[in-house]
Amino acid sequence: MIRILALFLLLLSPAFALAEGGADSAYGKLGAGGYSDIETGIVELAASGDPRAAIVLSALADGRLYARSADKAVLIKEGTNFVDARTGKPAEGPTDGLKPLRVNNKVRRALDAAQGQLNLVSPDPAKRQEAADAVFKARDIAALPALDAAIAKEKDAGIRRTMSEARAAAILSKSGSSEADKLAAIPAIQARGDGDAMAVLRGLANDPSEAARNAAAKSIASIETRLATIGGVQNIWYGVSLGSVLLLAAIGLAITFGVMGVINMAHGEMVMIGAYTTYLVQEAFRAHAPGLFDWSILVAIPAAFLVSGAVGVAIERGIIRFLYGRPLETLLATFGVSLILQQTVRTIFGPTNREVGVPGFMTGAFDFFGLSITWGRLWIVVFCLGLFFFLLFVLRKTSFGLKTRAVTQNRRMAAAMGIRTPYVDAMTFGLGSGIAGIAGVALSQIDNVSPNLGQSYIIDSFLVVVFGGVGNLWGTLVAALTLGVANKLAEPYFGAVLAKIGLLIFIILFIQKRPRGLFALKGRAVES
Amino acid sequence: MQDAIWKRWGRAAALAGGLLAGALGARSVKAEETIKVGILHSLSGTMAISETTLKDAMLMLIAEQNAKGGVLGKKLEAVVVDPASNWPLFAEKARELISKDKVSAVFGCWTSVSRKSVLPVFKELDSILFYPVQYEGEESERNVFYTGAAPNQQAIPAVDYLMKEEGIERWVLEGTDYVYPRTTNKILEAYLKSKGVKPEDISINYTPFGQSDWQTRVASIKAFGSAGKKTAVVSTINGDANVPFYKELSNQGVKATDIPVVAFSVGEEELAGIDTKPLVGHLAAWNYFMSIDTPENKAFIEKWQAFTKNPKRVTNDPMEAHYIGFNMWVKAVEKAGSTDPDKVIAALPGIEQKNLTGGTATMLPNHHITKPVFIGEIKEGGQFDTVFKTEDLIPGEAWSKQLEGSKDLEADWVKLNCGNFNTKTKKCGGA
Repeated sequence: MIRILALFLLLLSPAFALAEGGADSAYGKLGAGGYSDIETGIVELAASGDPRAAIVLSALADGRLYARSADKAVLIKEGTNFVDARTGKPAEGPTDGLKPLRVNNKVRRALDAAQGQLNLVSPDPAKRQEAADAVFKARDIAALPALDAAIAKEKDAGIRRTMSEARAAAILSKSGSSEADKLAAIPAIQARGDGDAMAVLRGLANDPSEAARNAAAKSIASIETRLATIGGVQNIWYGVSLGSVLLLAAIGLAITFGVMGVINMAHGEMVMIGAYTTYLVQEAFRAHAPGLFDWSILVAIPAAFLVSGAVGVAIERGIIRFLYGRPLETLLATFGVSLILQQTVRTIFGPTNREVGVPGFMTGAFDFFGLSITWGRLWIVVFCLGLFFFLLFVLRKTSFGLKTRAVTQNRRMAAAMGIRTPYVDAMTFGLGSGIAGIAGVALSQIDNVSPNLGQSYIIDSFLVVVFGGVGNLWGTLVAALTLGVANKLAEPYFGAVLAKIGLLIFIILFIQKRPRGLFALKGRAVES
Repeated sequence: MQDAIWKRWGRAAALAGGLLAGALGARSVKAEETIKVGILHSLSGTMAISETTLKDAMLMLIAEQNAKGGVLGKKLEAVVVDPASNWPLFAEKARELISKDKVSAVFGCWTSVSRKSVLPVFKELDSILFYPVQYEGEESERNVFYTGAAPNQQAIPAVDYLMKEEGIERWVLEGTDYVYPRTTNKILEAYLKSKGVKPEDISINYTPFGQSDWQTRVASIKAFGSAGKKTAVVSTINGDANVPFYKELSNQGVKATDIPVVAFSVGEEELAGIDTKPLVGHLAAWNYFMSIDTPENKAFIEKWQAFTKNPKRVTNDPMEAHYIGFNMWVKAVEKAGSTDPDKVIAALPGIEQKNLTGGTATMLPNHHITKPVFIGEIKEGGQFDTVFKTEDLIPGEAWSKQLEGSKDLEADWVKLNCGNFNTKTKKCGGA
């Protein structure tokens, strides 16, 4: 019943008359070349029923549609050849002096909507879903007949739902729709329940029909409650994700500072070197095996570990081993090393950011009961926990870990038992640096790869380690997640700047009360 | 034995001293033959990412001028110092350039805080600074020439474009927490309100320097954008924080067709560090784009890529500002017939220099220049596609017409000899 009503309405609407413009006029407009001409051309072409419309529009979307200034002919570039957009036959006439049709955001919106309409009946379900989303966003009443036809044919329940939502959105956004239509459309939009749905419903705030206004207001209230709940959970997820980044940055320091007690100001630079190693590995993949690019990260992880680890061992053997037991000098020396490393990288790679590609499986987001979770962040959380447990395993269950703990707890006794303490020192420092390098691989995915990369994490890293309790890996984990979640829960209320200041003040006060952090180590090691 | 060592050392020291004196002597002889130009850009620290390029651009311009025969028959000599992104060090290095190296003019600074830090030095020692970066305005000094854009040459036209062409009704003003975004946003807020935008349709937010976790901010921008009105983000986010911001936008699926972002600090150089595919359609407002097709620009890009020996090296807006500023200085020195700062400062207003985009920049009495405004959309490959260009060149306004307290002020160093003349009280010296 509604559908018939809608169709009837549509016949009366002026938008339908556009279809009469026809393909001739559409191609003429496209060839004229101004933004507004191209926009009308797209709308007319989509409505004209021209069989080549979909091909022409997808060529425009890819930037392969050209116009000849001499006769306003529209051509499609296929490889190195040009074909006539209207007929699909090889182009006649000169092909020099062709200019690609330019698009701006307005044209792009019209293009998305037009392509959406045409792709509603595409055999590829992914394309149909994309088309339905595009039509939903466009809220164009002219798409109703195409939508109705597509809904009748659609077998996939999810896509049909999006199509029905698109249909409802189009009806609600049209000022001429009848009250009954609107009231019938509102529940469909409410069921969608996200920000886009709110946007559609808020558009009804000044609707002439009171019933529609009230229904919309009720739906908005119900969506708002839902979104508020989701927003709370979402903030906790953001906090976990921020916490995992903090943990990544701090985890190497938990060894060099936490276990060994070296105030290592060059820790951030180990992270930076790991990120640059990722860049070099990716460049090698781009040059030699572009098809395997997504796997470059897997190669970058051990590479970053080795490179940063080697630099770490070199620093330990070259500088730090002469300074054990002199924290102030260690601090100054490692700070100097950090500046030297930064400037070295700047000299070799230049001061500007390097582009590190994001592998396919780390882009985009997915919907999880209304939560929008980005793949990149999810992988970083997983990766970070994996790294944490790996490190825990190394320190607790391997003979190397045993020796490390022995040396840090009682160096002289360990030496008396036949452990080569200098060797263990170098390897432990190398392990911490290597882990920082691995963190650099992950951070290169979300941050700038520039010589300053490390600097921005060094303060946070020390905060996490000190807050968690020096020498306690579990404390580092808890501290990172606590700081992350606290920061993200405070941010919506106080803003990013105040949230950060508040957190710093909290930590200062906390350290006054409990100088050894959340989980203080007990026993003799602490006293010495 | 001891004695012998000391003698030997003494001889060596004397020799070294002699050499040093010789070198210094040679230097002072040389100084009479050349005109020195100071370059005050950070080559290390956080700002090196942006400023190193400008140092290279200046070296190229100076080499080019020398190839043409220098200025007033003398060769130019560049004196490069590194203030290391350290604001107080900027003032120290500026003093060193002016009093020790006796440079005739200085080209430098990027951040507003570094400019504010060197101002007293330039006033005290009476020298000339050319400042090439878009900034927040509210300043006009006798010793400074501002070749970057004032807010009316970048921010206001960008907002006008969004209002007119994209029909934006709801605004997020997103910035890094320091003086440039705060002042610019104050001006924009006043401007938007004067255009009838309601206060609840404007959301202003600041994040710390180097912000890398944008999840919450992007989510709340999305929420703000779901009020049923077309929404845009005006971004004054500074340098390094931009890459994670755009990455988060694309990860959360915010496309330019949904919520466009117009940025004032993102240029070709910044885009070189990111995959721009998901950013296509987001906007930037500048007075120059590398993609603008004019013979002057083509020649400039070719020279730049040959000079840096890197065929992929990009050009950007502040480089063009230095190009204009440097050539204006050369013309002013030739007009004055001297490098004496007072004479050059007097000669500069009114000097004209062709810019790289087909227009002619004029130095105005308020020490700002005329500029065209371009709005560009990010294309794949990190370049911009110009979607809008102002018809005429826009004269830079030192004092914003939008802000209470600054709208009555006028800067005119030619007739009034004053940088902040109050037109109401008819007095020089502020509001």
